[in-house]
This record gives sequence, C-alpha cells and structure tokens, in this order.
Amino acid sequence: MKPEELLYAKTHEWVYLTEEAGTKVATVGISAFAVEALTDLVYLDLPEVGRSVTAGESFGEIESVKAVSDLYSPLTGEIVAVNKELPDALERLSEDPYGPGWIIKIKVSDEAGLDQLMDHAAHQKLCEEEQA
Amino acid sequence: MTSELARTRLYQWHVDHGARMVEFGGWKMPVQYTSIVEEHVATRQAIGLFDISHMGRLRFDGAAAGRFLDSLVTRRVDDLKTGRIRYALMTNDEGGVLDDVLVYHLVDGHLNEDGGSFHLMVVNASNRLKIVDWIGRHITDDVQCTDQTLDTAMIAVQGPRALELTAAVIGFDPSQLKYYRGQIVPVPLNGGGTSGGRVQAVVSRTGYTGEDGCELIVPADQAESLWQQLVDRGGAMGALPAGLGARDTLRLEAAMPLYGHEIDETISPLQAGLDFAVDLENRQFPGRDALARIQDGPALPRRVGLECSGRRVPRDGYAITRDGEQVGVVTSGGFSPTLQKPIAMGYVAPAASDVGTQLSIDVRGRGEPARVVKLPFYQRG
Repeated sequence: MKPEELLYAKTHEWVYLTEEAGTKVATVGISAFAVEALTDLVYLDLPEVGRSVTAGESFGEIESVKAVSDLYSPLTGEIVAVNKELPDALERLSEDPYGPGWIIKIKVSDEAGLDQLMDHAAHQKLCEEEQA
Repeated sequence: MTSELARTRLYQWHVDHGARMVEFGGWKMPVQYTSIVEEHVATRQAIGLFDISHMGRLRFDGAAAGRFLDSLVTRRVDDLKTGRIRYALMTNDEGGVLDDVLVYHLVDGHLNEDGGSFHLMVVNASNRLKIVDWIGRHITDDVQCTDQTLDTAMIAVQGPRALELTAAVIGFDPSQLKYYRGQIVPVPLNGGGTSGGRVQAVVSRTGYTGEDGCELIVPADQAESLWQQLVDRGGAMGALPAGLGARDTLRLEAAMPLYGHEIDETISPLQAGLDFAVDLENRQFPGRDALARIQDGPALPRRVGLECSGRRVPRDGYAITRDGEQVGVVTSGGFSPTLQKPIAMGYVAPAASDVGTQLSIDVRGRGEPARVVKLPFYQRG
C-alpha cells in the first residue's frame, strides 16, 4: 500500500478502506512516523477477533525499550482479522508498516468516524508539527 | 518551563546529529541518537560516548576538605589517598538518601605529589542544588566549595575499547589507572596546532554502565573539540554517541541504583543493598544514628532483581505480587538488550526476596511471571 493513498488518525494509525459486499472494511496499522518515534520495539499486544471497538478506543498496546503506547481504533466496528504473525516479527513494522506491518482489519459499522481521519498531506503536516 | 532547562556545551552537537532531546534533572539531554538498543550494544561490544555534563561537579579546597566531606557521607573519605575515588551516600537525619556521590581526592595538576591536593564530588544532576544547599548549611570556614558544573564538561567513554580510544585522543592511557582511580592529566588543546597548548583534564577509571571505561572532566570550552575527536577516531573502532536511554538500560543490567528510583530520601542505603558504602563505626554524619537503629530494627523491604518470562516490560511503580497479594513495587524496569528479556529492580518484603522466588508483576492489569534473580543481571567477562 502506498502511504499517499491512506487515511490517518491523529494518533498516527493508518487506514486503508475496501468494500466487501456493501460494507466497508478498514485495514489498520501504524505510520512510519509512529514506528520511528517508538523505535526498539519489543512487544505488540493484539486484540481478539470478533471484538467490537469504537473510534478512539484502545485495541492493543505496543511497547518499545523506552515506553509503552496504546493503539487506538480509528473507526467503529468489529475486528474481523488480526496480523497474528506480527508480534513475533516486529521488524516488519520498521521495514514496511504499510504492507506486512498491518495490524487489524475492522468491519466498519458506523461511518461517522471517517470524517475525523486525515489524508496523507494533512498527516505529514501533523508529523512536522509534532517533530518541531 | 522548557526555556529554563540548562544545556550542556554539547547541546547543539546533539541536536545537529539527530538526537531526541528530553528533560532530565533540570537539563535538556539526548535520550537517543539512533536507537537505544544500538547504542547499548555498541557500549557492550565496543564503545559508547556519553555527554554527562549534567552531573554536578563540586570542588573542595582547604586542608580540612577531606574531614569535612567525611562528616557528611556514609563512609570514610578522610583517609582517601590522592588519586583515589570512593562511592558514598549522603543521608538526611532519618538515614534517607539525599544523593549518591563519588568523592575524588586529586593532586592539583600544577603541583607536585607533596604539594596541593583537592577533593571533588560528583553528584546527580537532579540533586545538585539540594546538595549545594546542604553543604552550605554544614560547611566550615576552613573549607571552600566551588560548584564547577557550568565551567566544565564531563564525558564518559565506556566499553571494552574505551581506554584504547581515550589514549589515542588525549595522549594518556587510562589503563595506567586502576579501577576507581583518577588523576589530572594535561591534554592537548583543541586544534593544538603548533602552539602545543595543553589543558588540565580529570581522567578517572569510573563509569555507570557495567563496562570498563573512563570519565573525563574538561574545561567547558574544550568539550566540543574533545567530543568530536572521540566520535571521529572512535568511528572506526565501533564507537557510537549514546544517550540517556542506553545509559539507563546499561546501568539497569549492571544493577546500579538510580536516584529517584532505587534510592531517594525515604529509602536507607541499607535497604538498597548498599551496605558496602556504609560505615557506622566511630563515625559521625547526618543519619548515622538513624542508620544504626535501622540496622538493628526489623527487616525492611529489600532491593531485588527480577527477570520476566513474558515480553511485556515492567516499569517504575508497578506492583509486585505473590498469590494475589502485593509484596513489593518495581523501581526500574526495562527490556534488557543483552539478555533479550524484560528485567526489573524493585523492593519486596524480605520473605519474598530470596533468589529463585516466583513472583508476579502487575503490568497494566495483567500479571506477568517474574523470578527473583541474583544481581547484577550482567557482569562483564
């Protein structure tokens, strides 16, 4: 996936939307900016498949040598898939956070959260602000 | 607040070289340049270069300086021969730790062996002003204390090749010094040119990483040149500049206490397992009588090391439990790059402190199995 084509949450998760039988399915991961800010990843906690999440709710945690951070769901819906191999292959997050580094898939039940997401340019701007 | 933070002479270098800067003890310091693990491994396998100019450096002059310092710390330092360094604690009247310090007794560089000497005390950045104040309240007329922190810089060169690099850069081989010894050495001036100018530096065989190495104190205006030379010459030897992040994981593996975590004003050095630095016999210092009472009193929670079998990392403040009952609290935790597992230090009830005891650490609501292990976690071969 190209980072330019994704949507982003303020908390640096990315979202890739597809349609399956009229329902939106969101693939969710964390941006290269987030991976870079964390560095030295040691642990990823994944949620159960089938769990319902609301936009802004923590669905897992990611830990680096330095600190632990929550992962926030960018949208509301049901978790329909998790990247089971990822916790044992955290290097994939550094190599390509937008491909093999995906974390969960959400069947979107409420599209209201979509307008809270930003495009790539807006996210880039946010990253620059946070870095300053 | 940010504008009030002190900056070391290397601040701009750190920023220019991509360091992430954080607040620490009133200073703006680099926490990491590239990755904590990379900097940690470089220090264990080759060399780590640390700007530790934030540490407080207090100089004591006067014939009574040794006796004066002796009257404030937990072990004898009035018998410290020149060229020697000793770890000690300053305690309050209740026996709680005000700071952990290094006391140096050095021959003044300009004088010969029979001539003048002075004492130097290196204190934690976060405690410097408190200690200066504490000293001011106790100092006698025949001792002069000068806070040299802002006039000097301090660089730690740590790792198996640290002494070799230092020798190449300053023209003095620190391996001539035994462990915990130090001396003043004339070091070639920045860009020395043909003038051959030299500047006095304190070189000591000390550190806070569990590796061999040394620490250098130079006049502040020499800091950048010395640092750059260490970086340039060290590059081919595997040296990396390392931030406070790696300094913390290194000292944790070496089980060295960090002020504000394993020790503070409510913890006695005896509880912290620092008995080796406490001498109560025929001595007087603030907290001495309290420590004597603590020594003879009921057993208090003890500092232990914990190794986790899972991957979630214990952090400062997490509860340590056994069979659902809290028996202690974590004071420092982290992922050990050397052991490749989470480790922690903390205080636990004496009954739960034996090596091999199986405990649990409450990591954000979920218990992670942890076993009491012998400290340190890492000891160089």
